[in-house]
Amino acid sequence: MNTEDPNRDGLTREQHRKANRSLTQRLLVFTAGSFAFGFALVPLYGVLCKVAGIGNAEAKAGPAIVREAVDVNRTITVEFIANPATVGSYEFYPEVKSLRIHPGKLYEAKFFARNLTRMDSVAQAVPSVSPGGSALYFHKTECFCFSPQRFRAGEGRDMPVRFIVDPQLPANVDKLTLAYAFYDLTQTAAR
Amino acid sequence: MAHASAEHAHDDHPDQPATGIKRWLFTTNHKDIGTMYLVFSLIMFFIGGAMAMVIRAELFKPGLQLVDPLFYNSMTTNHALVMIFGAVMPAFVGLANWMVPLQIGAPDMALPRMNNFSFWILPFAFTLMILTFFVPGGAAAGGWTLYPPLSIQGGDSFPMVIFAIHMMGISSIMGAINVIVTIVNMRAPGMTLLKMPLFCWTWLITAYLLIAVMPVLAGSVTMLLTDHFFKTSFFNAAGGGDPVMFQHIFWFFGHPEVYIMILPAFGIVSEILPTFSRKPLFGYDSMVYATASIAFLSFIVWAHHMFTVGMPLAAQLFFMLSTMLIAVPTGVKVFNWTATMWRGSLSFEPPMLFAIAFLFLFTIGGFSGVMLAFVPADFQYQDTYFVVAHFHYVLVPGAVFAIMAAVYYWLPKWTGHMYNMTLANWHFWLSTIFVNVLFFPQHFLGLAGMPRRIPDYAVQFADWNMVSSIGAFGFGLSQILFAIVVIQCARGGKKATAQVWDANPRGLEWTLPSPAPYHSFQSVPEVK
Ligand code: HEM
Ligand SMILES: [Cu+2]
Repeated sequence: MNTEDPNRDGLTREQHRKANRSLTQRLLVFTAGSFAFGFALVPLYGVLCKVAGIGNAEAKAGPAIVREAVDVNRTITVEFIANPATVGSYEFYPEVKSLRIHPGKLYEAKFFARNLTRMDSVAQAVPSVSPGGSALYFHKTECFCFSPQRFRAGEGRDMPVRFIVDPQLPANVDKLTLAYAFYDLTQTAAR
Repeated sequence: MAHASAEHAHDDHPDQPATGIKRWLFTTNHKDIGTMYLVFSLIMFFIGGAMAMVIRAELFKPGLQLVDPLFYNSMTTNHALVMIFGAVMPAFVGLANWMVPLQIGAPDMALPRMNNFSFWILPFAFTLMILTFFVPGGAAAGGWTLYPPLSIQGGDSFPMVIFAIHMMGISSIMGAINVIVTIVNMRAPGMTLLKMPLFCWTWLITAYLLIAVMPVLAGSVTMLLTDHFFKTSFFNAAGGGDPVMFQHIFWFFGHPEVYIMILPAFGIVSEILPTFSRKPLFGYDSMVYATASIAFLSFIVWAHHMFTVGMPLAAQLFFMLSTMLIAVPTGVKVFNWTATMWRGSLSFEPPMLFAIAFLFLFTIGGFSGVMLAFVPADFQYQDTYFVVAHFHYVLVPGAVFAIMAAVYYWLPKWTGHMYNMTLANWHFWLSTIFVNVLFFPQHFLGLAGMPRRIPDYAVQFADWNMVSSIGAFGFGLSQILFAIVVIQCARGGKKATAQVWDANPRGLEWTLPSPAPYHSFQSVPEVK
């Protein structure tokens, strides 16, 4: 009787073992796939943010910037916000709080940062544009956030960001905010 | 079993269990392993419960009186981790171990050795996690959701908790694979999929959810680990990562996880209500399809846990509507359960009482869930006690009551004895009254704006907090009755018949004598 019984599903014990083993293997592959999928969410997240124009996204697929097409009939306020993310290491603020600009025209704004520590340091600014979705229309042609910034002990300086706001910016937006978080990378930079 | 005789010789299937500790260490018997899971779960339930008592004692009145804030936060964090991964999930795996083979007429689980291994990982995982209370920096205190950057800044506990979570994940993945292989390959002839008891169905679907999302949790905590130790920047904004991404990955696991904790409960209730209504389950097929659609939908609603982090309007609308859609198959289930009881000849044995309480109280949790799904409302409710009330209604009188109903339903089948009905009734009524005293006022607190995860609060919240704490102490103490009933029943009592209940329950498990023999269904049972 029992497990030698060839009548359970008409299968012998050996056939049963085989069936179990092969299903187990398939389920393990499925599990490994789920694990990989968890990591695949990382690039996927980047892509989705880009498509949706969230946060740090740079417009890749947007229409080419036509500089002649300055829209003088439209005025937009761009506000600047600076957040020193690592408390105590940096002084960090925008030189002007806001600019009134026309879409299609190139502007420059300056942010000031000073290393408050007694050591040389490296910092990275991470930009974010709100309201959500408008990062697609905010083109930075040059930015101190494009690369890590090195500071000698106590050094302070102005750093420029140049930008054009796309004339395609949805009509209901009349105010944009460009915010930077300023991170001390000194500990991380060594890697 | 008439022809059980000479061929019984081969000995990887001893007739009788080994004796002493070896029986439990090396057993591959589904009943032994089921028992170990259930006992482990009960112990974890009391450990997690003790932590909850600390929380409610601190919140008994405003001000800081008993514990310091860091310890308080480690209480909430570890309470959640212990209850989710230590109490509720292992209890369901234990029930699956005991009941799935008995319900489908299989002699054992398909992968008995893996079964042993998946259980024995758990005590180590939880020992490791509890040990974090004694390391520099204290136990994890950043919330069970482990959001970075806070979670990465933990002390020595950080890698220990991550490793413990990895082990819990491996254990439940192995448990899930075992359930799937058993159900798919080991059903007795004639036990077609659509004849299968609903407990098996809901577990089959749960098991697929487990192998789909536990690895995602493992991936996300691995990323936390490499961010901390190997300077990767998955979630580190300075290095180009994004902490919000963690929330997305976590909740991609997290929402299906809440269904992992409730689908088997749906199965249990779908077994018990028909028995004590003396009617077949109303709408069996629609129950199966509803379970499957809930499982499917659970993958596309995760961002309702994070409406306030900022996402495009279209995404908010999508997640709001998909979340509300889950209420439809859930409503189908509640309807079917009610229709099952409709005009039935009901009797109110302890398992039935718990199942009915489940039906009412889980539904309250479902309602508050729909309120939370509503984006503009959620902006106000998010991170308040309203959320705490919501998930405790679905988890305590939801998942936990269903587990207790299951224990009260099948315990005589496991031990061969009837238990003390008077005490069990007391346990039921005290639990049901106190669980509402405990959690219902938390709705009011949340709507009035009391934030969650805080050790102190503004004085206007004092009264309802005191009521809630009294409910908590009452509920906690009542659970001692449960332990007493179970232990007494394991030791002895009136002999149970094969049927156990006068109500004539259906299903293969009731064709076996009580207690179910150590080896059951060695010969193929007849499925009607
Ligand atoms: C109709 C069904 C349900 C709906 C519409 C629903 C909706 C929601 C929403 C929108 C939230 C997020 C609230 C916030 O953080 O602001 C939430 C939180 C939660 N839900 Fe549900 N839910 C449902 C059923 C369940 C079930 C069945 C369970 C578990 C058995 C569950 C467990 C939880 C948990 C644990 C949380 C909080 C997690 C945390 O933040 O720590 N929910 N629910
Ligand atoms: Cu959810």
